[in-house]
Amino acid sequence: MAERGVRNLERKALEIRKQLLNIIYGAGGGHTGGSLSSVDILVSLFFHTMKYDPTTPEDPARDRFILSKGHSVEGFYCVLARAGFFPAEELATYGKFNSRLYGHPTMKIPGVEVPTGALGHGLSVGVGMAIAGKRDNARYRVFVLMGDGEQAEGSVWEAAMAAPHYQLDNLVGIIDYNKLQISGDVDTVMRVSSLRDRWESFGWHVEEVDGNNIRELTAFFATIPLEPKCPTLVIAHTIKGKGVSFMENDASWHHHVPTDKELEQALTELDAQLSEVHS
Amino acid sequence: MSGSGVSCRHAFTATLLEEARANPRIFAVTSDAKGSVTLGNFEKALPAQFVEIGIAEQNAVGIGAGLARSGKRVFVCGPASFYSARSAEQVKNDVAYSGVDVKIAGVSGGVSYGALGSTHHSLHDIALYRAIPNLSVIIPSDAHQTSAVTSYLARHPGPVYMRIGRGAVPDVYASSEGSFEFGQATELRTGSDCAIIACGETVHHALEAEKLLRDEGVTCTVLDMPTIKPIDEDSVLRAARNSGRVVTIEEHSIYGGLGSAVAEILSQNLPVPLSILGFPDEFVPAGESAALYDYYGLTASKLAVTIGRFVRSGRKSHHTIKAQQ
Repeated sequence: MAERGVRNLERKALEIRKQLLNIIYGAGGGHTGGSLSSVDILVSLFFHTMKYDPTTPEDPARDRFILSKGHSVEGFYCVLARAGFFPAEELATYGKFNSRLYGHPTMKIPGVEVPTGALGHGLSVGVGMAIAGKRDNARYRVFVLMGDGEQAEGSVWEAAMAAPHYQLDNLVGIIDYNKLQISGDVDTVMRVSSLRDRWESFGWHVEEVDGNNIRELTAFFATIPLEPKCPTLVIAHTIKGKGVSFMENDASWHHHVPTDKELEQALTELDAQLSEVHS
Repeated sequence: MSGSGVSCRHAFTATLLEEARANPRIFAVTSDAKGSVTLGNFEKALPAQFVEIGIAEQNAVGIGAGLARSGKRVFVCGPASFYSARSAEQVKNDVAYSGVDVKIAGVSGGVSYGALGSTHHSLHDIALYRAIPNLSVIIPSDAHQTSAVTSYLARHPGPVYMRIGRGAVPDVYASSEGSFEFGQATELRTGSDCAIIACGETVHHALEAEKLLRDEGVTCTVLDMPTIKPIDEDSVLRAARNSGRVVTIEEHSIYGGLGSAVAEILSQNLPVPLSILGFPDEFVPAGESAALYDYYGLTASKLAVTIGRFVRSGRKSHHTIKAQQ
């Protein structure tokens, strides 16, 4: 992608980081760290890689995205609004009574493929969509974003077994590998290291990328499928809380809500980064 | 009572195959259960509409939801015991909450698996799935009705849990035609001393018991209630009003099932004496399905004794007594 395109996406990602912090602050609740870590993946997919039309969100030919780590919903909502699936003004209702924007994605929002929040569900649904695509000779692709803590769910591995069995090269699993979960270090809670070996042994083509580098992400997504008849698994190395110095690599920010002062400081930091991208 | 000799699962898969031949959007998904579901012919005839998942019920339901989100009408088929416990969260979230077009066909339900033990029984599925919004619960009573239910499901969208038994049961209906109306009970017998409301395999036992009771001079209404959710409230109230007392019979725990659904209606609208017959809150002894029915008093002769005693106990609703005066 041209340099200008990358910069545009980087700017978008920073603006979405600001926006998601604002809606978490406004709601008085949310999943801050994981939303920040996954923003660059979402921006790369929705504003570069995926083919879809927000005015016909149920178009059978659309590329599909499933946020299997459904708690990272704030960044997802901001991306969907910006992509045109629903009005951006509605983001202000997040966390308010009777809002369409629940704390985990639901079918009430166009662009949401399946309600998630209970972990370990998204990849199976993605496998189903990918099997349907193969049976129908459709060209759409299915992207499923999982958490690293989510890898402890057994059902992830049921789906991991099925995708290569059905030779689903139209399926891309992505792990937001920020190395932290609610209780602390992922490997301390339940060891997931050797993720690459584990997924390869199940028959996936595995690549590791910098999940906070839009240039790298977009270039990588343009190369899939990496291998015919083989699903792709992307280990996206990310930083939990990415973009805000005092939130980065701190598990306590998993669902911590910024105070007035913290919000102000976070927005100032993000604005500074925005001006650097502009320059 | 004659028997067609066809089990409900054979009736289900034969009809499903017929419907799927006519509609390529119909998919069957199973978890190493094509033998026990009797899906072998379906796989042979329509391999492009068949998906084998292996022994992974959670995955099967999730994949079913993904297929449905891609325009398919999906029947996820396998033992009711596993699809009503192991994959319950997938049924709740991926199917009911998302409102996709997935039917869970739980075969060999209740105590069909008999001596295999409680790991293979589903005596809790009505209670569980009745409490999940946006999910209908259907238990057909014979092969004819199973065929009618299957045709209905093949032609209507939306999430449904259907449970059928393993062995052949005597015919309740002469043919599939007219044997099933979604959300409606069928009044199979009409009497004035008691209303018996049953579902699934217990319906034919209820009919046999009704015959024995009639010989003793006790007349009963018998309602077949295949759709347990949404339940036919009007028929329950009408039956209670006409006979003044109600007995429910089900191959399910006495907690949370058909009896509870009927109790919820009666206690809040027309409190008449009610007897809930089914399986008590315990893991059952080893034994074939028929032996377990006998042990728990669910065979015709034992039901007749229990219901006769209930009727002769004289307890009757004040509403009815007043109406008769």
